[in-house]
Amino acid sequence: MQEFWSQLGRKLAALWRTFSHNRMGMFGALLVTTAVLVAVGAPYLSPYAPSEVIRDANGRGMTFASPSVHPPLGTDDAGRDVFTQLVHGARISLMVGFLAGSIAMFIGSLLGILAGYFGGAVDTLLMRITDILLVIPDLPLMIILVATLRNLELHISPLVVLVLVIGLLYWTSTARLIRSQVLTIKERQFVARARAIGAGHAHIIRKHILPQIMPLIVANTVLILSTAILVESGLAFLGLGDPTKPSWGTMLNFAFSRNAITNGAWWFYMPPGLAIVWVSLGCVLVGNVLEETLNPGLAIHHLEDESRMVARRPEAAPP
Amino acid sequence: MTRRGYLARKIGLAVITILVVVVINFLLFRVLPGDPVRSVIGRNVRISIQTQHALREQFGLDKPVFPDQFLDTVGQWMRGNLGISWSLRRPVGDVLVAKLWNTLLLIGLGQILSIVLGVALGLVAGWKRKTAVDMAALTFSLIAWATPTFWLGIIFLAAGSTWLGLPTGGIVTPANVGKPLYTVIPDLARHLVLPTLTLTILYLGEYMLIMRSSILEVLGEDYILTAKAKGMSHWQVLRRHALKNAMLPIVTLIALNLGFTVSGAIYIETVFSYDGLGRMFQTALVKQDYPLLQGAFLLLAVSVIIANLLADVLYTYLDPRVRAT
Repeated sequence: MQEFWSQLGRKLAALWRTFSHNRMGMFGALLVTTAVLVAVGAPYLSPYAPSEVIRDANGRGMTFASPSVHPPLGTDDAGRDVFTQLVHGARISLMVGFLAGSIAMFIGSLLGILAGYFGGAVDTLLMRITDILLVIPDLPLMIILVATLRNLELHISPLVVLVLVIGLLYWTSTARLIRSQVLTIKERQFVARARAIGAGHAHIIRKHILPQIMPLIVANTVLILSTAILVESGLAFLGLGDPTKPSWGTMLNFAFSRNAITNGAWWFYMPPGLAIVWVSLGCVLVGNVLEETLNPGLAIHHLEDESRMVARRPEAAPP
Repeated sequence: MTRRGYLARKIGLAVITILVVVVINFLLFRVLPGDPVRSVIGRNVRISIQTQHALREQFGLDKPVFPDQFLDTVGQWMRGNLGISWSLRRPVGDVLVAKLWNTLLLIGLGQILSIVLGVALGLVAGWKRKTAVDMAALTFSLIAWATPTFWLGIIFLAAGSTWLGLPTGGIVTPANVGKPLYTVIPDLARHLVLPTLTLTILYLGEYMLIMRSSILEVLGEDYILTAKAKGMSHWQVLRRHALKNAMLPIVTLIALNLGFTVSGAIYIETVFSYDGLGRMFQTALVKQDYPLLQGAFLLLAVSVIIANLLADVLYTYLDPRVRAT
């Protein structure tokens, strides 16, 4: 146990040394950290409550007040402070993104390990399932899943529905990645030796395979996180979020459907989008750097929504 | 494995995927609470119990769900009968086909533009690696990836309609519906500018990146060196050897992108109120018009699956190196 922690500590130190030299990665880390800090400190960053109507001297609600009238970000169609909504929305967006990403990571890692380690029928089955899931268009499928789940009257919070649906559909890239990694590790000597002395499957997985792929799981999770935040904002924009707990996507939904564009209220529809880009970009930068540092043997396609990683082996089919 | 074996596998997979889509579609419908009879006869209609029973029998709703109802429904779907839309009181199939062409126009234009521009820019970026052009292109791709589709659409809508006088939505100005083509087409073009621009900018980044990495890979190959040694100019090398081979991954990317293009279309059409499949999908969702939603999903999913299959088939003819994975 002691061995594990000291090994981990050394690995982390080495990782940090490489990471800190990478300007893009550090910039990404900065973006993500500020977003997390804003989300955590949301109630302290603004004196107003998110649903509190700002009134002027005559007691009338100040609807669509520009930032020059009401700093820093003006008010929305009902007179609520946009900045407050933005920082509170950070909590919802990041929370949903993180939870959905975690579910996707968990399912993907589990299935990837099982497929890679046991191979054979399990592997083929998993590969077919990922093939099928990849071809079906994701947004329409998610929309009807969310719509159906919400209409089942199960009294689940709409945010939980979103988390579940996103998590259940975005595990495929993680599974493939982990599977190919496990396949590589399985070929190595120490696994054969462990089997020879009679070690059980669970033991081998826990002690030998898991520590090796942990860093990769973390790196991939960060990338999945950026996709999850984008997808959540998209679904929320279409109206599938929780209007009582607005995320950035829901804010954009409000801006769009409540005529912020017609009224020229750029302070209502620009900031949430910028925030989404901010966090998403940060996660992508950090995730890419982590992947490059942790596994230089893989060729990476950075900008596909699936964050597909293709193992660079001579006998692999062309992409 | 031979090419025929590869193709057979791909076709098999496509068939299975369509089956999965059909099953999902069917199950979701059945899982919803409420009387299935209601969903057949529409909402807010009072019908006596006897008539309801008769309807049940007529539509086969008293038979067991599986296999009878399942096979009946699937049979209907295969014949093109996707049910009746609750909100529009018209057959779903008719509604979908009418909007399909609009969406194809939008997506087609956007894809063609983004492919052409993306390949060109990717070529330049890869050819002049590590220069300012390359760095700018990479940064652009990265930011474009992290930008939500609909948000960019909103910005363009606001900017375009305020400063450029472009229309705020719809597919043609209502006054021009039914007018002769020479009136409609310029109007249509004006309405298409902003949505197409948004789609193009968003997909540009991906094509550019793939083209760039593909070109870089190809340029590192031996035969390029040979060509240069033979005395060919840069441009000749490019045109005769590099370009063709570098374009191969683009075909795969187009196929992969089809699913995402559909998603993009849903967002763009919603933002620009463009009268296509995407917007209809969104409207059906808001109005909770399940037959329409189901039909639209079926159509979208099956189209993407078939298009993917076609792209796979095309690829096997373009790349002689293809073997089974």
